[in-house]
Amino acid sequence: MAQHKIDFTKDGGLPVALTTIDNVVNWGRSNSLWALTYGLACCGIEMMASGASRYDFDRFGTIFRASPRQSELMIVAGTLTKKHAEFIKRLYDQMAEPRWVISMGSCANTGGMFNTYATVQGVDRVIPVDLYLPGCAPRPETLQYGVMMLQQRIRKEKANRSLKPKRLM
Amino acid sequence: MQQPNRLRPFFENITFDRDDNELVLNFGPQHPSAHGQLRLMLHLQQEQIVKSHPDIGYLHRGMEKMAENMIYNEFLPTTDRMDYIAASSNNYGFALAVEKLINVEVPRRAKVIRMLLLETNRLMSHLFWLATTALDIGAMTVFLYAFREREYLMDLVEDYCGARLTHSAVRIGGVPLDLPDNFLTDLRKFLDKLPENIKDYEDLLDQNRIWKMRMENVGTISKEMALDWGCSGPMLRASGVNWDIRKEEPYELYDEVDFDVPFSDKGDNYARYKLYMEEMRQSARILYQVIDMYAGTSPELMAHAPKFISPSKIEMMTQNYSLQQHFVLVTQGMRPPVGEVYVPTESPKGELGFYINSQGGPYPYKLKMRAPSFWHTGILTDLLPGHYIPDVVSIIGTTNIVFGEIDR
Ligand code: SF4
Repeated sequence: MAQHKIDFTKDGGLPVALTTIDNVVNWGRSNSLWALTYGLACCGIEMMASGASRYDFDRFGTIFRASPRQSELMIVAGTLTKKHAEFIKRLYDQMAEPRWVISMGSCANTGGMFNTYATVQGVDRVIPVDLYLPGCAPRPETLQYGVMMLQQRIRKEKANRSLKPKRLM
Repeated sequence: MQQPNRLRPFFENITFDRDDNELVLNFGPQHPSAHGQLRLMLHLQQEQIVKSHPDIGYLHRGMEKMAENMIYNEFLPTTDRMDYIAASSNNYGFALAVEKLINVEVPRRAKVIRMLLLETNRLMSHLFWLATTALDIGAMTVFLYAFREREYLMDLVEDYCGARLTHSAVRIGGVPLDLPDNFLTDLRKFLDKLPENIKDYEDLLDQNRIWKMRMENVGTISKEMALDWGCSGPMLRASGVNWDIRKEEPYELYDEVDFDVPFSDKGDNYARYKLYMEEMRQSARILYQVIDMYAGTSPELMAHAPKFISPSKIEMMTQNYSLQQHFVLVTQGMRPPVGEVYVPTESPKGELGFYINSQGGPYPYKLKMRAPSFWHTGILTDLLPGHYIPDVVSIIGTTNIVFGEIDR
């Protein structure tokens, strides 16, 4: 049997690494989750705080973008009202596949404390949600943990998965 | 018939294609510098705005209606979600209005703690304002610096009440907790550093050419205009009206502390920026004085008014009657006398007032909040025409509007 005598890391080694396409693609995808800024209410402030100096979201490769075309993660942070619901659907549709949605805070999860005529009782009635973060408002650590969970999930997925439509609630 | 459970799109009656040269531009509601959910319909003549129409209501959560079905204590956490940058100032405004309605006097230590909370909240709000406005204009460094300082304050408030953003740190009739051990020393440490930090921001911005071009002589509000549109707070003071409710109708301990109210008569964005910086210094000055007041106070935290306010834990655990009273107050709520009050306070953004109409029941018959940002959004109708598109961002930035309290 052939023995591997080449030290790939030294000079003159073969510039080759064995892996699968899935791994490479998912490595790229999970470490550059660009998020669409979707600060709707109070939770949006905590989302900003997690992007700012102390919590520093950039080290996860998560950078906030202002355009749906450049982002693959939508962090819905705040209360969704019926007047706004139309826009969130439109922006979600404008994002390119593959795309993920994190619903941040009780309001986005279930309507939270605002069980009134004006609020949508959970964004999952309008767009499909991948991850729910509890709290009112969730701490920046919660959001970062949520993004890490999402990264783990992405790494397990097939890179060329057929685009099955996600289910609405 | 409209089905209540179906979402219906809300289209305005706007034609975007026109024969003339005018272009209608839709700004928001999901624009990174729209400070939440402001939607502006801008009519443009080339790049100049000729007509602007702010459209609000995208964060309307029905708080005033909710208040009518909640007992007074239950409603207090909802006020956190109005101006969520400085939550305690809303808690305080509401608590003060109810206290006036039921006519109780708050113990002195509670007053001192409230003052500490109010002024730390003002600092937090102004730092946040600086961060976001600088970010909108492109000064990313200032954003990172200002958020760093803000986190220290968040930590302090978290030490006190356990929440970073939505504090609910004030109760009707007092405050729930005494200060934790290191609160005052930590706060003093922070305040000692603050002037240096403010100087850092000013070094970065004051003489910055870009900053000056974006701010100077942009968004000038004249004195008459500010008064006509019902501006208050820094917006009014930057336009040459020296009006601060902390001075005019002092509440809490503001008549005992010594501070200046900065004002300017330039009325442009730059004047407002300088005003916010100066107000931060004044807040620090107030805080120093309030820290010294704390030591000489007796440890009561809640007012004594058995009809309206629950007795202390010790009384509750030792006296049967107090326990019963507490039970009734929690399950049925306090019943303020018939009457109505309006109490204004100076929140970081301006005059925040609560109007309560009580019919003697446990729920308010009507609760109306007078939120400063609402009026500051209205002024955009008159302020924006004549300006260019990039100015819109800096003007919205300096008005310091927060949508939680506009739409409520
Ligand atoms: S969950 Fe709480 S903090 Fe977040 S948007 Fe709703 S009310 Fe605000």
